[in-house]
This record gives sequence, C-alpha cells and structure tokens, in this order.
Amino acid sequence: MARDSQAALVALNRFGFGARGGASGDLINAASDPRGFVKAELARPNGVLLEAPGLQSTPQLGQAVFAYQDQVRQAREAAKETAKETAKETAKETAKAAAPAESPAQAPADQKPALRRNLSLNAAAEITGQMADAKPAENTVKPETMQPNAAPPAAKPAPQPLNVIQKTFRAEALARLQRATLAECGFTERLVAFWSNHFCISASKGELTRIWAGAFEREAIRPHVLGRFADMLKAVEQHPAMLFFLDNQQSLGPDSRAGQNRKRGLNENLAREIMELHTLGVGGGYTQEDVTSLARIITGWTFAGRQGQLGPPGSFVFNANAHQPGPQILLGKTYEPTGLAQGEAALADIARHPATANFIATKFVRHFVADDPPPALVARLRDVFVRTDGDLRAMAIALVDSDEAWKAPLTKMRSPYEFLVASGRLLARVPEDPGRYLNGLNLLGQPLWSPAGPNGFPDTNAAWAAPEGMKLRLDIAAQIGSRLGSNIDPLDLLEFAVADAASIETRRTVERAESRQQALALLLMSPEMQRR
Amino acid sequence: MTMIDCVENRLLTSRRGFLLGGASFAAWAYLPKFARAADGRDPRLVVVILRGALDGLATVAPIGDPDYAGLHGSIALTADGAHPAIRLDSFFALHPAMPEFARMYRDQHAAVIHAVATPYRDRSHFDGQDVLESGYAGPGRVQSGWLNRALEALPRGERVSSGLAVGPTTPLVLRGNAPTVGWAPVALPQADEDTAMRLAELYRHRDPALAMALSQGLQLDKAAAGNDMKPKVGNQAAQMRQVARGASKLMAADDGPRIAALAFDGWDTHANEGGPVGRLAFLLGGLDGALSEFESGLGTRWRDTVIVVATEFGRTARINGTDGTDHGTGTIALLAGGAVKGGRVIADWPGLKLANLHEGRDLKPTTDLRSVIKGVLQEQFGLSDRVLAETVFPDSAGARPMKGLVV
Repeated sequence: MARDSQAALVALNRFGFGARGGASGDLINAASDPRGFVKAELARPNGVLLEAPGLQSTPQLGQAVFAYQDQVRQAREAAKETAKETAKETAKETAKAAAPAESPAQAPADQKPALRRNLSLNAAAEITGQMADAKPAENTVKPETMQPNAAPPAAKPAPQPLNVIQKTFRAEALARLQRATLAECGFTERLVAFWSNHFCISASKGELTRIWAGAFEREAIRPHVLGRFADMLKAVEQHPAMLFFLDNQQSLGPDSRAGQNRKRGLNENLAREIMELHTLGVGGGYTQEDVTSLARIITGWTFAGRQGQLGPPGSFVFNANAHQPGPQILLGKTYEPTGLAQGEAALADIARHPATANFIATKFVRHFVADDPPPALVARLRDVFVRTDGDLRAMAIALVDSDEAWKAPLTKMRSPYEFLVASGRLLARVPEDPGRYLNGLNLLGQPLWSPAGPNGFPDTNAAWAAPEGMKLRLDIAAQIGSRLGSNIDPLDLLEFAVADAASIETRRTVERAESRQQALALLLMSPEMQRR
Repeated sequence: MTMIDCVENRLLTSRRGFLLGGASFAAWAYLPKFARAADGRDPRLVVVILRGALDGLATVAPIGDPDYAGLHGSIALTADGAHPAIRLDSFFALHPAMPEFARMYRDQHAAVIHAVATPYRDRSHFDGQDVLESGYAGPGRVQSGWLNRALEALPRGERVSSGLAVGPTTPLVLRGNAPTVGWAPVALPQADEDTAMRLAELYRHRDPALAMALSQGLQLDKAAAGNDMKPKVGNQAAQMRQVARGASKLMAADDGPRIAALAFDGWDTHANEGGPVGRLAFLLGGLDGALSEFESGLGTRWRDTVIVVATEFGRTARINGTDGTDHGTGTIALLAGGAVKGGRVIADWPGLKLANLHEGRDLKPTTDLRSVIKGVLQEQFGLSDRVLAETVFPDSAGARPMKGLVV
C-alpha cells in the first residue's frame, strides 16, 4: 500500500504539521481517506478559534501595557528620589566618619528588581507554565549545575521575573504551539499561520505589538480563516496592532482639524502595504496617486490611547478629527466622504479586485504546493476566489480537491516553525513551556510573530534550506535527540512519521545510527521530515 | 542579521559553559559517607559507556596473534613505524593515542579485559546498548539499569543517596528507582561530526539540494571555529575532557556522589576508521584525556576509584571495503583508577583464526562483561553474589563475579 502512505504523507505534511507519535494513528487515518482527513478540520464549526484561559482581548492588553508603563515610570521616579536621599544619607554618614557605610552597593541593587516586580494586572500572568523553569535556586545548589533527575530537566533559570508583556507573549505563544501540536491534521493551523504571515505585524516594533501579537492573530485572523477575505482584510486593517505596526495612528488628514492644528499630515505606510502586500500585489495596477488616496481615506483609523478620550484605551476607534474631509478617487472610483464607511467601502472593493484574487491564489499555491506554483492550479483557485467573492474556505477546499496538490512531489522546505512543531508532534510532546520553541525559532531565523519587514517571512526553499540554517537545524535536532532520544524507539517513530513511504536510505540511516539519540536527530533531519 | 543573532547566541552559550566551575551540591549530601568498614576506603565508581561499538582489536591490539595484521589490514597497529603501539605485554599493545592510560597501566592502576562481551549476540546498536545498560540478558527490558539497581541494593543508612548522571539525559544504566542527580556542561550545543557525516551521506543520496546546503553550512562553521584559534577537530575530544573534568570535580567532594555514569558517542567506525592516526585515534585520545581528567580531578579520591569503560559490542575482525570495520561482537573493557589491581591484560584469548572467529567475522567473546562488572561492584561495594545474580544482573548466576580486579 505504498501509494496510500504517499497520500497520507501529502495529507499530513503538505497540508498539516506532520503525524503525531504515540497512539494517534494519524498516518493510518490519513491513508484511508486522505482528502477527507484534511478536510475534516474545515468542517468543525469555530474550530479555528483559539480560546485559552487567561488570554485577553486587545483593549484589555493595551490597558495592561499602559498600566505597566505607568508603574515603571513611577518606580523609576521613586528610585531617583531614594537615590537622592541615599546620596544625602551617605554624605552625612561619611561626614560622621569613623564607621564606614556597610555596603553602599546594596541599595541600588535592591531597587532594580523592584522596578521589574510582577506588575501584572491580569490573569495572563497565571497562565504560563514557564515559571517552572524560573524557580529560584534552592539551598546551595545552582540549578544549572546539578538537578535532581526526578524533576523535569529545567532550562536556565530566568534571571528576572517576567513582566506582563513577556508573560503575555509567552502565554499566547504557548496556546498557539499547543494547538498546533495537538491538532489532528493541522490544516487549519497551517492556514492560520499562512494568513498570519500574510497579514503580519512584528512583535519587535514595540511593547504594544509584543503584547498584542497573539491577540491580533486570535481576533483578526482566526475568525476569518474559513470565512471571507474581505472580512479578514477589514479586521486586520482596523486592528490596533496593525495600525500601530504600520504607523497609521500617526497619519492625519492634512485638511482635517487635527492635521490643521498640529501641522502634520499623511503617513502612507499602511495604505501602501495594504495594496502592495495585503491585496493587489506589486504590479497590481495601482499608482502612487492611489496609495496617497487610500492613505487619505483611512486617516482617522486609530486606537484609543491611555487617556481613553476617544474610547476604551486600546480599542479601535475612528477619529473623525483626523480624517481627511472630502471625496477621494481610488483606482478610478470615487468614494464619497462617509467617514469610517469611506475606508470600509474602499477595502471591500480592493478585496474583490481581480489582481487581489490573482495575488492571493498565487501565494496560496506557492505556500502549499511549490515555489513555482502550477499555473493551472493558480488559475483555478483565482476563479474560485472571484466566483465566491473571496470565500477562503472554498479556496482551501478547491486546493485539497485538486489533483496537482496530491501529485506534486514533496519539495517544499518546512519553515523553522513547521519543523519544530512537526518534531514536537512526532515526539508526542505537548509543549508546557514555549521557551525552547521560541529560542529555536530565534536561532533558525523565524522569531515568532516578528518578521523583519511587513512582507512577512519568506516562503521559498532558498530561504529555509540555506547553509547556516541547515547546520543550525542539525544542531537543534541533535539537541532534541540527546535530550529525548534515550526513551524512544527511533524505528517506531519512523513508522509514525512516514511508514513505508520512507526511502530505503532514510530507513537505513536511522537503523544504523550508533545510538537512539543519534537516530532521532537523523530522523528529524531526514528529507521526509524536512520537506513537505 | 540572523547570522549575528546566531553568533551571539552561541557565544553566550559557550560563555555560560565556563561558569560551571565550582559546583557545590551540599543539598544532595544528606547521606553519611559510604565507607568500607575494613580499610576505611570511600569507594567511587564511574561507568563510561562508549556508544557505537568500540573496535577492541584496534584499541588493544593482539599484535602477537599471527592473524591480526592480515585481518585488520591497513588500520592494524604495529610495534614499530612512525606511530608505534605501546607494548602492554608480549602479546598485546595499546593504541598510541592513549599515553595516559599506558602510564596508569605501568603504575598498575589500569587493566584491560579482552575478548569480552555482554550476552547480546546480534548487531543492533540500540538493542546492544539496552542489554549493556539494563543488565538483563536480552533486549527489550529498558526500564532500569544495573548501576541504578546496584545503588538501590547498597546497605541502608550506608548508601550513597544519588548517582550522578553526566550529560543531557540519564543513561539507561543509571535509570531506575534509586535517586540520581544530573549534571551537564552547558556548552555542548553542536551536533557531533559523526552525526553530521551520516546526514550528509543521506542527503547525498536523497536530496542533493540539502546536501549542498548542509555541507556549506558545516564548512562555514568550521571556518568560524578556526577564527577562534581552536584546533579544527579539537571539538569532540575537548568535550570529553570537559565532561570528565566537571564530573570529577563533583565526585571529589566529601559529600559528593560516589557513583556516576556517562556516555561518549561516536565509536561507530564504519568507514575511514584510521589506524595509529585518524578518526578512532582522535576519539581514543579524547577518552584518554577524560581518564586523566578524572585522575587529576578526583585528587586523593583517585586511589579509591574504579572507572569501567564499556561498549555495546565490538567490530568485525576484518576491515571492510571502506577502511573501517562493521558491527562485531567481542571487544574490550577498560578499568582505570587507583583502586584497580592493574598492569594486566586479562584475556582467555580465543585466537583470530577464521575457525575461531564468532560467525567467521568477529572476535569470539570468552569473558562475560557482567562478570567483570559484578567483580568490581562486589569488591568496591560488597554486594553479595545473590544480589548481583538476581537483582543487579538478573539471571546471571552463570556469570560469576571476577575476583581480584580491585586492590
């Protein structure tokens, strides 16, 4: 039944995150009805939504950041005061002479941690299991030197307690990783990752995007992954994380009241990326004039700040004061001055533009099938997109139903995220701490939710099969092997991962490894695990 | 920017590695000293597992056997030439990469047991290691290891509370009910060369694009290591020494663990094994360095110490078509330490005539490795024949503890 294993491999690897180890039976299930196995996840109502205890909404998280920043500021000022006092005291003491101050270094050292005390105002702080590896040193044993083997092997101790932003980021990362690890096939999670990268923000822009990165994906991406493209587009462009990431909250209509008062004007950043990266694509038929026009149209799209003058702090608001008055011409069509509705109408039109259909279909097929996407398949998905008015579920189904997607050889390189998740699934390890994953992603050049630019992470073999990347993957695989290899049977794992679709060479390499640890590292690095 | 991130990350990691130095672990020291009543000795035992199946015939060569040179061919050791093997007696000679072991041997603090094997007679590394470490007579029993069970069997109140597992995971030999502590040098983040080589070979056959990327990546890495003034191939041997240095420091303490287990990888010399110089020589040099690190690190405790070096099985007596050796059976075990009654090669030599080889391929085992280990456990820790035959090495009554291995 080699043919079926091959199809199962396509089902699990091309569309999903690879087979799970343990008793999942993923490969067998996938082999019996490969298309049905992939599509099953699409049928689950609300199956894409991610809710985990303690994950909070964007406004709540925004307020947490504002509060945290306030406290840091206050603590810093208090520290400055104390330092002044201490300086005075020390001066007095020194003047008194005879007995020297006991340990002047102590005071400032004590104050620094106080700045970083747990300032959490929300339950996100409670979520993460990560504090397990941040236990303070017990007795005189340094955790990094010796550890009782009864306890799970701890990573390095965290030098400082995490602040609310870091805690939230880790909790969001953990929730996403757990979902990807536990999913049956992982197709919808792959779709989430695809769209999240398409409409990326970067957590490294600042504290707000860092705390919002997970919420952005949960709120703006997930509800629409199997819905309409236009709805996702609107949700994304109105999300505070995107408005902050591409600076639209600074953009003022030159003729708006705020623009006039503050002598400031347009920031075209978001408008340009909407057309270039999110919808029409480069060469999608728009001009610089269109960019400027769209920028004017979406002036006033912002989020309420810490004072909350326009609404609950951290929520999307339309600031009419900053909005450019008057009608605007975009892509040959005139949009009347209807305030917020003006921009929403423009986005709706861009979403159903033929160039958008083409751009999205191409990128979609490139991601799932091949760096050089088969043109016929692209054309078919483009037509589905147009005919269904951007129904993303219909497009996903059309992809799964196509023959090309099942016949094309598995040549795409797994991205670092896909590689790490696939490894975790195969080893049946439900992540309890996102640390190793986050470190691995940093090392391999795909830091979670933090691409270098608004075009997201690359999606080609050239990017991920690079020399340094491969060497580092091997190092990581070897580390996983030495950490977990002693308890596994590498040949069982090979069966879970690829069964009789494994090449003779791969099977032999795993069989002949000199230790289980090495066998696991080699299995994880095998072409069957690296390609999808 | 990715490159820079990575480089920084590595530097940080290795810098952490240097900080491990003065480990204190008083927390584990709630036990009384385990001392032998008779002579007040405070015995220590280190088990070193060599994963990948060490070529015993290349490490302690029977140069007096008329068939040896022919079988081992271009990689055979000789008593003369540019890199002469070190004479241990009139029949056996030691690999020239092990001068420290040779010195210990001369001082009667090291011994060799030759033509030795566990009861395992097949050729799978995984099963072979299971048998070696579990102490059971056959594969498939992987819950606990003989060293852990030996620890459990020590007299109550006198027992060493924790065995020390050196490395990122506890080797099977030390897994089980008796408590263990783990320690690993932090700076070992890189895949070893053997793994990289195997992967490159797989890619070469299955995935030329990945083969190209990987080989370039490995070259980049070597170049980077070169900038660091480090010897290019010094990595693995240096790691072995580093591991031994750290472990001996922990074990030297009055309240430190008395029993430790660690594993060195990379002994699967299928191709380009090398003779007096080359790949195996390099690894043996690392092992030699590790033994001398234990000697200096344990200080005055060295005189109470036995180190047992064992591997899952040996390699074929005849070299193969790629200047290496394949999975075989009989091999050597090494003992080192001040408590070893050394200066001897202990062997019931079966001979290397074709008819005498196991399955016409391997050095025939004439000594049960369990007898060697049981002898050491008995003389170091006073474990009874019965406990050794039933609990530590189940169903091993036939393999009597070897006498007189310990001073």
